[in-house]
Amino acid sequence: MNAFRKYYLPTLALLAVAATAAQVSWPTLTKPATPERAPDAGGFIQRWLVLEPIPANGLTDNIVQTAVKKEYFPNQFTVIPHDGDKVTVGASELTWYALDTKLYNLNLYHFAHALGKPTSDVLFWAVTIVICPREMSGVRLAIGSNAASVWWVNGKEVIGIYGDRQTVIDDGVSKRLTLQKGPNVVRAAIVNGGGATDFCARFLDADDRPIKGITATLSEVHK
Amino acid sequence: MKYALFATILALATLAFALDGQIGIHDPSTIVMCDGKYYTYGTGGSSLVSDDGWTWRSGTALPRRGLAPDVIHIGDRYYVYVAANIGAQPKAAVNMIWSKTLDPSSPEYKWEEGGVVASSDGVEDSNAIDPGIFLDPTDGKLWLTYGSYFGYIRLVQLDPKTGKRINPNDQPHNLAINCEASDMMYHDGWYYLLATHGSCCRGADSGYNIRLGRSKNVTGPYLDADGVDMIQGGGKLLIGSGGRVVGPGHFGLLDLGDGVQKFSLHWEADLERGGASVLDIRPLLWRDGWPVAGENLKEGMYELESVRTGTALELAVEGVPVGGPRARGGRGRGAAPPAGGAAPGGTPGGPGRGMFGGTGTPIPPQEVAQVSTNWPTGNVDTRMATYLCQAQQKWALTAVPDAGGYPGSPYFKITIAGTDRALAATPDAELVVLPAFNGGPEQLWRMDQLADGSWRIMPKSVPNSKEPLVLYSKEPLVLSAVGSSFATLAKFDPKSDRQRWLFKTP
Repeated sequence: MNAFRKYYLPTLALLAVAATAAQVSWPTLTKPATPERAPDAGGFIQRWLVLEPIPANGLTDNIVQTAVKKEYFPNQFTVIPHDGDKVTVGASELTWYALDTKLYNLNLYHFAHALGKPTSDVLFWAVTIVICPREMSGVRLAIGSNAASVWWVNGKEVIGIYGDRQTVIDDGVSKRLTLQKGPNVVRAAIVNGGGATDFCARFLDADDRPIKGITATLSEVHK
Repeated sequence: MKYALFATILALATLAFALDGQIGIHDPSTIVMCDGKYYTYGTGGSSLVSDDGWTWRSGTALPRRGLAPDVIHIGDRYYVYVAANIGAQPKAAVNMIWSKTLDPSSPEYKWEEGGVVASSDGVEDSNAIDPGIFLDPTDGKLWLTYGSYFGYIRLVQLDPKTGKRINPNDQPHNLAINCEASDMMYHDGWYYLLATHGSCCRGADSGYNIRLGRSKNVTGPYLDADGVDMIQGGGKLLIGSGGRVVGPGHFGLLDLGDGVQKFSLHWEADLERGGASVLDIRPLLWRDGWPVAGENLKEGMYELESVRTGTALELAVEGVPVGGPRARGGRGRGAAPPAGGAAPGGTPGGPGRGMFGGTGTPIPPQEVAQVSTNWPTGNVDTRMATYLCQAQQKWALTAVPDAGGYPGSPYFKITIAGTDRALAATPDAELVVLPAFNGGPEQLWRMDQLADGSWRIMPKSVPNSKEPLVLYSKEPLVLSAVGSSFATLAKFDPKSDRQRWLFKTP
């Protein structure tokens, strides 16, 4: 309870301020109202920090790999941003948003369109923190994305799927990996060509069943 | 050069395999396993043994020689039923012998005589040869079929505790006519009677073919797929002559578990072996309640497609569109193209052809040499992707000499066609493509055709397999689709499509 007062209440207050400042309306997205959020019944992670889109063009393997490896802002592969944090990419100042999705997927088109940002030929950065009650080995990150995407778990690149593709549950799956007890950072870069854009992600156990008992938070690491 | 390569691929694609080693036999028994080895016995005291089901050698003859033995393992006993003419045909008898092992090097290798279990007196409508032994999985009852052309194929009940006739005075059930080499099996609520029609023992002029009927009762009637009773000559074809082999006979079920079934037979004449009679093992498939003879995998170039996802296994490199890149137009971000007009974003169809008109000339198959210059030289991951006829999606399956095999087939290497880049299992039970094949067991692959015609793909071993086997499975690991775009190694689940694969000709 003390931890809740100390760390989460100020965070929630910040979230409320940011939401008011944004003055946006997302059909499928809301601001987080709790410190942590369990995945939905299908195991999909519904809480993410998403950065406003960065211009990017091309969906092939090499182009996407080059695009996501380019440094757009400091500590790009390690930063755990706060809601409302801003980074400068080129001449633009971009904002991180803490988001809960009402669906199994996070609709990036809704996100960007409501902000008056471009939705085509763009790159989105997304980050979340998965809290594990114990070490879990032999699990896999399983994602779907529209379109190409590259994913990291605790700093290690584990998935890359490329081309003009739609979000299909478990489209891209990592090799077996180990989630450590406590916080695990999941980071993604989603590159869209044109039209709709979204992603979904969950962890699967050794029998390809959604992992239960984990939660997603955006503030745990900041403690 | 291109045409020479294509011709080679075509030749490889038609190359089938018979078993390896010493496989000469006539009227082979059902293949049974004993202490990790496969055994079968044939007419005249012939015997074959194999460590892996692929390479065979001559074995030890049974103490009782005769016609067309059959074998079954019940409890701690191996019962062998072997027939002999005891006068002018059709006067014959089926004798039983038993042993606790089939391994002559075992101290328990000792045959006991069990006596006559069926006979024909030379006058009655039966010829008591060609025994087939069947243990009913539904109730544990043991049955013996026998007979050969003279009159009926007959059925009598035996005692599974002794292998002997329960009541020698019981009247046999008549099941079929005009055939021999009968055997039975049970599948999904039906009993199947399999028998060999046609003539034997004429080399490449033998008309042997294996046919069958089915019944809800073990005692019949056995009807074929057209409703014709086998006792009136009916019989649905399971397998006949084909390719370079003539005259299949003497069906024997080889059930490997997990829904993987095969069957043994002999060919009256293998033309590649000078017309000799040889043992073979084929996959047994099921379609609409009827068994179907599958074929062992042939060498060739294939797309490996997951039944579960419909996507194809590929080397994880950036593909090059066949025929070259073309810009997308019309649907999505541009206006629809005018009929016959120029393509938005380019003129791939050429002047006057429109965006859907193609190039006007055939597009040749993509050559790996044309697109692989930028591929990494070291180990490369695999992934699954929509099949687009690209070089990194085409796999060459090539039998590996002297590397052993499994029932019916040798081990294969799986390489990117036109390269030596070899698919391999990794110590953490994942997949990788090595720069070159070096013969390691993790690069040798076993392909078993499943009941629906799809295939199970299994490495001979996983490097340092103790760890992953303990971690992920106590059973052998097989190629498994996870999600749409990834393949791994996982334990085989017969009820899932995850481990079912199709070999499609590119």
